[in-house]
Amino acid sequence: MSTPVLQIAGLRVEFPGLLRTVKAVRGINLTVTGGTVMGLVGESGSGKSMTAMAALGLIPKPGVVHGSVKVDGFEVVGRRDAELAPLRGGEAAMIFQNPMKALNPFFTVGEQMTDAIRCHLPFDKKAAIKAAIAALESVHLPDPTFTLDKYPHQMSGGQIQRVMIAMALACQPKVLIADEPTTALDVTVQAQIISLLRELVATQDRTILFITHDLGVVASLCDNVAVMYAGEIVETGSVVDVFADPKHPYTQKLMNTVPRLGAGDQNLNFIPGQVPDMGFPPKGCAFHPRCDQADDKCAASAPDYMIFNNDHKAACHRLDEAP
Amino acid sequence: MARYAAQRLLLMIGILLGVLTITFILSRVLPGSPVELMLGHRPTPELIEATKKELGLDQPLIIQYFTYIGEVVQGEFGKSLRTGRPVLEEVGKRIGATLELTTLAIFFVVLIGVPLGVISAVRQNSILDNGLRATTIAGMAFPAFMLAMMLQMLFYGELGWLPLQGRLDSEVLLDSTFPRHTGFFLLDTLMTGDWRAFGSAAQHIVLPALTLVIITLATVTRITRNMMVEVLSEEFIRTASAYGLPSRRIHYGYALKATLIPLLTVVGLTYGYLLGGAVVVEFVFDWPGLGGFMVFSISQNDFPAVMGTTLFLATAYLMINLVVDLLYFVVDPRLRAQ
Amino acid sequence: MSILETSDEVPTLAWRVKAKAFAANNKLFVVGATGFLFILLCAIFAPLIAPYAPDKIDFSARLQGPSWAHWMGTEKFGRDILSRVIYGAQTSLIIGTAVTFIAILIGAPIGIIAGYFGGRLDTLLMRVSDVFLAFPPLLLPIAITAALGSGLGNAMFAIAVSWFPWYARITRAAVLRIRTEPYINAARAMGVSHTRIMWRHVLPNSLTPIIVQGSMDFGFTILAAASLSFIGLGATPPMIEWGLMAATSRSMFLDAWWTVLFPGMAIFFTVLCVNLVGDGVRDVLDPKHGIKE
Repeated sequence: MSTPVLQIAGLRVEFPGLLRTVKAVRGINLTVTGGTVMGLVGESGSGKSMTAMAALGLIPKPGVVHGSVKVDGFEVVGRRDAELAPLRGGEAAMIFQNPMKALNPFFTVGEQMTDAIRCHLPFDKKAAIKAAIAALESVHLPDPTFTLDKYPHQMSGGQIQRVMIAMALACQPKVLIADEPTTALDVTVQAQIISLLRELVATQDRTILFITHDLGVVASLCDNVAVMYAGEIVETGSVVDVFADPKHPYTQKLMNTVPRLGAGDQNLNFIPGQVPDMGFPPKGCAFHPRCDQADDKCAASAPDYMIFNNDHKAACHRLDEAP
Repeated sequence: MARYAAQRLLLMIGILLGVLTITFILSRVLPGSPVELMLGHRPTPELIEATKKELGLDQPLIIQYFTYIGEVVQGEFGKSLRTGRPVLEEVGKRIGATLELTTLAIFFVVLIGVPLGVISAVRQNSILDNGLRATTIAGMAFPAFMLAMMLQMLFYGELGWLPLQGRLDSEVLLDSTFPRHTGFFLLDTLMTGDWRAFGSAAQHIVLPALTLVIITLATVTRITRNMMVEVLSEEFIRTASAYGLPSRRIHYGYALKATLIPLLTVVGLTYGYLLGGAVVVEFVFDWPGLGGFMVFSISQNDFPAVMGTTLFLATAYLMINLVVDLLYFVVDPRLRAQ
Repeated sequence: MSILETSDEVPTLAWRVKAKAFAANNKLFVVGATGFLFILLCAIFAPLIAPYAPDKIDFSARLQGPSWAHWMGTEKFGRDILSRVIYGAQTSLIIGTAVTFIAILIGAPIGIIAGYFGGRLDTLLMRVSDVFLAFPPLLLPIAITAALGSGLGNAMFAIAVSWFPWYARITRAAVLRIRTEPYINAARAMGVSHTRIMWRHVLPNSLTPIIVQGSMDFGFTILAAASLSFIGLGATPPMIEWGLMAATSRSMFLDAWWTVLFPGMAIFFTVLCVNLVGDGVRDVLDPKHGIKE
């Protein structure tokens, strides 16, 4: 049950350039155990999507990846595309932010699904269609046979995202990586997709790495959460622990940005300042330019992790001093 | 389909009317009066009046305009001043030569240019890609007439492998009586089994076709590459690779099909370039097609012939683009759904 | 630890550093710019550089091949081809500049008016522009020049007239992007006149795409003008133009290849350099192709 399915250790993703090297991910460690949902939270530009891409070896050129990513014990970093083919869509599948653009407009849903299925399973065309229909049924798309003959533009964003989920799960992957799968959808459709994912976790014991900037979604779907800032994980732990007692100032501020019903605050909170330019990340703690508790120490050196109960960890100099 | 086709056809007719307006302005409104060109030096005023009346040039412009459109619709493109025959008849005699040349050229341009562009895009920023990009930029800078003459110099002057100009050897032209069914000599001779004439026709078409291929190949390769690069950066390509599809299938299945539509546009545009480029190339190679006819007519001050040929070529180009538009419909599921 | 190799502030990069990075990334641009500068200098200082007077007829030296006395040989009247090629640079650069300018002068106002006012006026203007693109390229300039009478001025005008719709389209697209900007609405709300808005806000903002297109078209223009001259519609003697030089030597080029090759190569070299520069200009100015860092 608690076997690690996705293990990320010391992962760094860099894009070297003539003028500067953009360091999108700066040494993160993350473990997702079987049957759990890990939420990876952060603002855009924090490196969370790059982490997801790196997990499937999809970092585009000229990006360079260091460290280790293991999917079910299989090392991803440093492999060639051909070696990764069985992994992608087989052991680990991915769904994307913008469903309307994620499917090829010139092929039917069925063609694309069976194409993907037959890459991983030794099926003939008929069996692949059968598998596709079964997968579409499992995500509650009405009339799956009919759906197979549709082109993406004939469907709504929510429907396509269901298709994407079906396609992702058709080959029984060990882990599903969902990169902001609800961001581009209407609020009501978002809720439907989230409840579908929750159902899949509950009934099929799925393992998911769920990437989002929406803490509300994390609270309703995930078991564990990791908060990313400027290419680093600043705090991680179980959803219960982190939400009950956020340790890192960034996490605290992130929580405050979520509007709560009846909380009485009239103005929406936001975090002042900007996500740093990852070509030149700030010295010391990356968050210190935006942190209202920062002092000289924060600007001088990067903090280490403090460990609290139940593997709840956070990296902040303020925590050393706390009694 | 019918609605889409009707829409396209209507648009084409609108543009054709515009084209007619331009040719009308060029032939009737602008100062270089056709009558003076027709009658040569120092005609008597009476003669000018009489000729004007005969040609309907004494009428108000607006009436002339509608008469002109009416005539063109009925297939009367005016009469050649030099031969006195209808321009359309002159065009008909030469259209086969131009179509044979340009069709052969576009066949090879697409056959070579599209794969080169695709490979260049798939191997973006490789040595091959950079080499091809530099070559295409250079290729686009070649003046067609210089290329044509250099090829003549090399293959006729130096090596003596190919004939200098023309469409057939003169003896072959006198001996052979193969029927001109298609106007494509390569096909006509092949159908009748006239091997001697076929060989001669093939030898003659190589250099002009090669010139046209080279001057348009660069453009087609470049555009294909840029379009393919754009498609390869689309999210559905990332999806395909995230699902472990082999890169062959991604590049030549998923990406190429998405490139097909802009590619059709390119082929249509290229045909236009070829029709335009054919003017110079036919002139250099003395190819008996419409381009050569146009240059000759210009030198003879045969203005109606020039305008008629222009109008004909513009119409042909519009038709080709109409066909391209209709092919979109076949290729693009998004259009079919409407 | 390389992840700690960080700096306190984001340094603002000096333009010199940026230019260096750009040059390293765009070697072809540097080659093109150098070549173009060379041609430009040739054109400006032609009287100083040219070894002979370009129109000096010398029947004793007719159709001589390249030699130390005549690097590019002589043509049928014994005129020195190198000198004529150098002087020809003047003509070609003037043609390229003038035609591009005329095309922009016709196209840009049409595009601005169409994009700014929209509606039926927009449809009408753009449809009319489209008609000019319905002709196969080179055919419309040929027809117009044939109607106006041959001559370099007419040919230049004809090329510009057949090319302006591209500028109309580009400008219109730029204006459509700008029109919805809040500051345009603000200016309007404050009672600023249409003309003033267009002149002060819309035109400067649509300049970038026009410059990009213009630098890409410059070479095409030179090529088209040379082609028209070659078929007898453009430059006329005693003008010194590369296309015309090739045309007048056409009858004897099999025996005197240099008479055609060198003027042709001059066109090729010029257009190539101009295109390389145009490519580079687009890379700098077009945000879609921004500098690769």
